[in-house]
Order: sequence, then structure tokens, then C-alpha cells
Amino acid sequence: MEWVNTIIQGILLGGIYALFAIGLSLSFGIMRLVNIAHGDLIVLSAYVALIVGQNTGLDPISSLVIVAPVMFALGYALQRGLLNSTLSGGLLPPLLVTFGISVIIQNGLLQGFGAYTHRLQEGAIETASVQLPGGISVGVYPLMVFAVAVCAIASLQILFYSTRLGRAFRAVSDDADTAELMGIDNRKLYAVALGIAMIFTAIAGILFAIRANFDPAAGPIRLILAFEAVIIGGLGSIWGTLLGGVVLGVSQAVGAALSPTWQILAGHIAFLIILIVRPNGLFPRTRD
Amino acid sequence: MSLLRTQNLAAFYGDFQALFDINVSVEEGETVAIIGANGAGKTTFLRAVAGALATAPDTVLFDGQPIGDKTAHEIVRLGIAMVPEGRRLFPSLSVEENLLLGTHSERAGPWNLKRVYELFPRLRELRRLPAPSLSGGQQQMAALGRALMSNPRLLLCDELSLGLAPVVIRDIYQCLGAITAEGTTVVLVEQDISRALDASVRFYCFQEGRLALNAPTKNFDHAALTAAYFGL
Repeated sequence: MEWVNTIIQGILLGGIYALFAIGLSLSFGIMRLVNIAHGDLIVLSAYVALIVGQNTGLDPISSLVIVAPVMFALGYALQRGLLNSTLSGGLLPPLLVTFGISVIIQNGLLQGFGAYTHRLQEGAIETASVQLPGGISVGVYPLMVFAVAVCAIASLQILFYSTRLGRAFRAVSDDADTAELMGIDNRKLYAVALGIAMIFTAIAGILFAIRANFDPAAGPIRLILAFEAVIIGGLGSIWGTLLGGVVLGVSQAVGAALSPTWQILAGHIAFLIILIVRPNGLFPRTRD
Repeated sequence: MSLLRTQNLAAFYGDFQALFDINVSVEEGETVAIIGANGAGKTTFLRAVAGALATAPDTVLFDGQPIGDKTAHEIVRLGIAMVPEGRRLFPSLSVEENLLLGTHSERAGPWNLKRVYELFPRLRELRRLPAPSLSGGQQQMAALGRALMSNPRLLLCDELSLGLAPVVIRDIYQCLGAITAEGTTVVLVEQDISRALDASVRFYCFQEGRLALNAPTKNFDHAALTAAYFGL
């Protein structure tokens, strides 16, 4: 029963990793943008929620009504004003520019908030738990995070396969030049795409910051976890991203059960094994 | 006034000049063919008109309006649609989704899904299938349908016959007749000269990026065409 418990905790942990990964998966899937600043944007969302909470008294989850539009606007402006002009020159320019953005965000946060660690307070839900048959106790909060991850992926599925906007996203991902010839304004569409990616980033950032401490330097490790989840699941696959997060979560939980020092390493090892066995991930979709 | 007119159109790929001083005019309702050997600049010409290649503003006039500096998605909205060479359907979209992509130009007009399915009844049966599972001829129909969905005034067709069986090519050109009967103006680029000349009232022959001949297709001078085509 202890192992069942470990696996369940791992699956739920995977929910937050999947949320980390969604924004990255979207921007890569649609515009082949490898966003090195993604982890820092997650952390930035947490800081925005912190400010909103301090100024309005809203609890972190409710503050999403402000944080999500702010992050959408930031993503839209970032893509429109800066990243669009890097996309025509191959893979390297966006890597370098987003790396620069990463450095700017980290140091900007350090300047504005200092190196202190913060945490968002959501109240009683953080420690509540439910009993499952067999004496397994599951935290309500991790369960909720996992449910949010599943809903996020499902809503993306609907966006991509049942809406006009989603159809345009898939067309641009297939063949950007031809999409332009069909009347799609790629630059505007990319800006909307990064905006939507930032909404999911805001959700991920807030849910993560309720669960764990964050500081200005917390971004890069989230980026690595997000990358690993995306690669394990297969580039461009929406449900694969959820599975990638779960694989990472379960590996970490199993590693931690063996020895606490193994938790993080076990996730990376699982990632490397999958990279060797299935270099394109479990559900590869993206065409080049 | 001509629907499409180019004035000393030049186009470049980087430092390489692919078109020199091209003067072409197409009247509303006409079907005009552009023929020429490989590398003569036919596709480049279509890409320049469609906005996929940047050109000087005044070198391309559509309905009297300079469009040379407009982007491809702006030009579709003005009413120029392209059936690209090699069809270029979106592989991860179904046939119907590919057709619906044509509506992103947001132009009103006679063409909609129903009309396209009437023109190509096979596509209605295949509409849920992914585009790559279609045969070459069916894909060409879908590519034509997708362009029609944007309700163009001017339709640019790049190598409709490429890689297709003769009987399929005949079908496609019959459908093209139905399209021009609606009053749509068509510019055809073809390697298959007799096919192109059958379908058009006038033709331009390109040679190494320059205009070599412009003549009506009725009773044209074969010797002059041969000379223009091969540069003899």
C-alpha cells in the first residue's frame, strides 16, 4: 500500500509539472519558439500575484482574474514587439533573446523584491486532505492542482480542435508561409499564442507558489522541469505534455521513497532514459 | 482599367534577381496563361503578385491600387487567392478544415462550403479525412476549393497539372471552366503548354526572368512561341 500511495502522490505532483510545461509546449508547437525565459515568467506570475494580493486583499487563486490578463498582455506585447522579429533567422536568435529576457527578469525581480523567499497563502485548503480506501491520505490541494492541469489540457484540446482560432494555430504550425497566403496574419496570431501560453503560465505560477517557496532565482529549475515534461510527452502533443508531467512526478516520488536525496535526480534519470529509448517522446506530433 | 497590372516588376531572392521589367496586364473576367521553361520566373511572378515576395509598391497594381508592398495576408483580403505549387494542404487538418482555412480572409461572396462541395462532390465524401490521405487529384481539388473559399476576384493557379494523371488533369480543368464562368479572373502558370493555352484567351511567355512574348491564344505563331520559349 505504501507504493500505491507513492505512485498516487507522484501522479498528483505531475499535475504541476504539466502546468509548467503547457506554455512551453504551446509556444514551441505553434511558432517553434524555444522560450528560455519560460521558468522566469512562471516566477514572475507569482510575484505579480503577490503584488495583486498585497494591494487588493484577494487570495492568490482569486487574483488570477487580474494576473491572467496581465500575463496575456505581457505575452502579446513580448511576441509582437520583440520575439516576432527573431523568428525568421533560425533557432538561435529566439534562444539568445529569450535567454536575455530570462536574465533581465531574474535581476529585475532581485532589484525589486530582494533575494528573500516568498510564498502565497491560500489558507486551509493547503493542509486539508481526504482519506481514500486502504488508508491512503491524499492532499486536497495537490488533487485540485492535478484537476486544474487536466482541465487546462482539455480546454486546449477544445481550443485546438473545435475553434477557428485553433484551426489557424494548427495551420500555422504545419506551414506558416501557406497560412499567410490564406489570409492569416501570422505575426498577430503568434502574439495571441504567446498571450494564451502566458495565461497558463500564470495559472502554473500561482499554483506553484502556494505549494512551495519562490525567490527571483527559482525560474531555471521550473524551466528544466517544463522542458523535460514536454520532451517526455513528445513535442507538440497536448496530452503528451500531461503524461510527461506525470512520468516526471512519479519518478521523483519513487526516487524520494527510496531515499530523499534521490527525488530530483530520479526525475532527470527517467528523462534521460526516455530520451534514449524514445528520442521523439511518447507521443510525437510536431512536423518539421 | 485592368484588374491586375504589373509595371516594370522586378523581384529578388536575396542578391539574385529573378524577374526583370515584367509588364503584365489582366482584364477582369479573363483567363491568362503564363508559360515558360523551368526557372523562367513563372512561380516567382505569382509569388510576387500574392505578396509572398516583397516588391516595390507601384510595380503591382490591383484594381488600380498599388499592392507591391503589402503582405500576403493583406493581399488575400483584397481578393487575390493563390493555389500554390504542390498544393500545400495543411497535413494535420482534415479536408474540410483545409477548406475552412480559406475563410480566414473574411471576404464575402458566392463561394462557401456548400458551393465548393457541389463543384467537387468527391470532397464532401472525403471531408473528414486528413488531407495527406487524399490522392493527388483530390488534393488539387481541395487546394482549389480552399482558394475559392476566400471568394477571390483574381485566382492564381501554380502548376495545377503537376504530378497528376492526364484524365485527372482534364477533370480539374473542367472545374476551372466552371469557376471562370462565375466571372473569376484566373492567371494560370503551367508547364503543360497545350493545356494552358486551351484554357486561356491570352498568354505570356517568360524566359529567364524576362517577358519574351505576349499573344492571344487563337491562331498564335508557333514559331514565335518556340523562339520565345527556348530563347532561340
